[in-house]
Amino acid sequence: MRLSGEELEVLSILEENHRIPVQDIALMVNSSVEDVSAIIKKLEDEKIIVSYPALIDWSKVAGEENIVAMIDVKVTPKRGVGFDEVAERIYRFPEVTSLYLMSGAYDLSITIEGKTMSEIARFVSEKLSTIDNVISTTTHFMLKKYKHDGVIFGENNDRDRRMVVSP
Amino acid sequence: MMKEHQHYLSGMVKELKPSGIRKFFDLAASIKGVISLGVGEPDFITPWSIREAAILSLEEGYTSYTANPGLLELRQEISGYLNKRFGVQYNPVDQVIVTAGASQAIDLTFRAILNPGDEVLIIEPAFVSYAPLVTLAGGKPIPVSTHPSNGFKLTAEQIENAITTKTKAILLCSPNNPTGTYLNKEELTEISRVVEKQDLLVISDEIYAELTYDDEYTSFASIEGMYDRTILINGFSKGFAMTGWRLGFLAAPQPFTEQMVKILQYTTMCAPHMLQHGAIEALRNTYHEVESMRRSYRRRRNYIVQSLNNIGLDCHTPGGAFYVFPSIKKTGLSSEQFAEELLLAEKVAVVPGSAFGESGEGYIRCSYATSMEQLQEAMQRIKRFMDSLESKENRVQELSTNN
Repeated sequence: MRLSGEELEVLSILEENHRIPVQDIALMVNSSVEDVSAIIKKLEDEKIIVSYPALIDWSKVAGEENIVAMIDVKVTPKRGVGFDEVAERIYRFPEVTSLYLMSGAYDLSITIEGKTMSEIARFVSEKLSTIDNVISTTTHFMLKKYKHDGVIFGENNDRDRRMVVSP
Repeated sequence: MMKEHQHYLSGMVKELKPSGIRKFFDLAASIKGVISLGVGEPDFITPWSIREAAILSLEEGYTSYTANPGLLELRQEISGYLNKRFGVQYNPVDQVIVTAGASQAIDLTFRAILNPGDEVLIIEPAFVSYAPLVTLAGGKPIPVSTHPSNGFKLTAEQIENAITTKTKAILLCSPNNPTGTYLNKEELTEISRVVEKQDLLVISDEIYAELTYDDEYTSFASIEGMYDRTILINGFSKGFAMTGWRLGFLAAPQPFTEQMVKILQYTTMCAPHMLQHGAIEALRNTYHEVESMRRSYRRRRNYIVQSLNNIGLDCHTPGGAFYVFPSIKKTGLSSEQFAEELLLAEKVAVVPGSAFGESGEGYIRCSYATSMEQLQEAMQRIKRFMDSLESKENRVQELSTNN
């Protein structure tokens, strides 16, 4: 779907920060609150805006740290439905937080989150590997998250270092 | 026996007025929790690939001098950039000079062209350095006031009125600091007719050229007949968010640059070598980042212009830079009083318009090169401040009617 310049502006503003009030977005794009609300509604209805989650650094919350693994999966595609059917079987598991079809040495890239390593091991051996079309899996445990969805985690070194007033 | 130190100083330097911004800086810096709309530089940190190129340059040991006008490789990039972006052609070998900031480029220009007593027209409200740089080069700065009625746009008539037999040059800055005013091609063409008629030179400070929001930028050197009369000043500070690097450049007819290079030889030699490598990377590979910063400023400009107007501070929509210049005349306060009271009452720093020349009185400069969150908070605080002024006024009126 082709979007107007104004619609693209609204999307880009929301992508940066979706908590910004509609009134302020309207000022930023030189438009009215009604028009911007209508644009947002349209983008939501069209599922162009899919959802508005918060990006949380769970590693800072005691007792809430998750174990994250990325799993490379080779599968045999199925006639007529290709990879979609097996992908669907996999992404329906709630512990799977992302799933991509990849080019290259393997087919599916899964991100999975669990409380313990054994939870993830169990998922791989009992759920994932037993799916008919799955040929092989390689599991990589994530050790540290530096940057996610364009956002740098941890210490923010980009604080304002400018003088308070300058010509 | 030594006399008072004052006795040994240059009279000309002693007479230079300290920048009006300096005074305000001292006050603002002494208060905690200030939201500053007083900053004349981008809030972005220099794009990483530029920083990385400079780091690499240091690692590889590029620590020597470069040629006086800068690395030829950089001058070639600058020449290509000026041609591609603004349609002006300069020979990288002898028409382009890399300087320590656009300010040095302006300084070099004045020193190269001014004889004692030569007059330079400075269009006010103006950046604080122009007039002092003319003075330091032995010339005489002549302020030319622009008017809010047409959004502080310079007109041909205003120039004509200021011309004397000693007028040598005019300094144009579009988009302008502090007003954000931008002159389009037609307006520049109007000005070029007077320049031609009066046989003037034009120092065109185009440091904000990358930051225009409604029109494509027109360089003064690209206006018909103006190439030979123009010293084009630009740099990396604003568009590429590289203020602290102090890297600018100028491009001009060769007889001018030839003399300027001599001055460089005897003063700073060249701009820092490793930083010039960063600038090469800036011009080669980071234009998409410039565009993304421009988009971000544009949104914030729209936001602040409308917010200030909603609060009741009349504010024209500036075509470029990252400043708005709202009128505070209705408050009855001077711009210095307004800025000081706003700072003390609500901890928002703005710069009094009077710091930029007489015609800036009655205005304040607000920079929107700060995060949206800070801008939102600043607008709330300014609104509260305006409301408090109004209720104070109402009380005064009530008192006087009661009596």
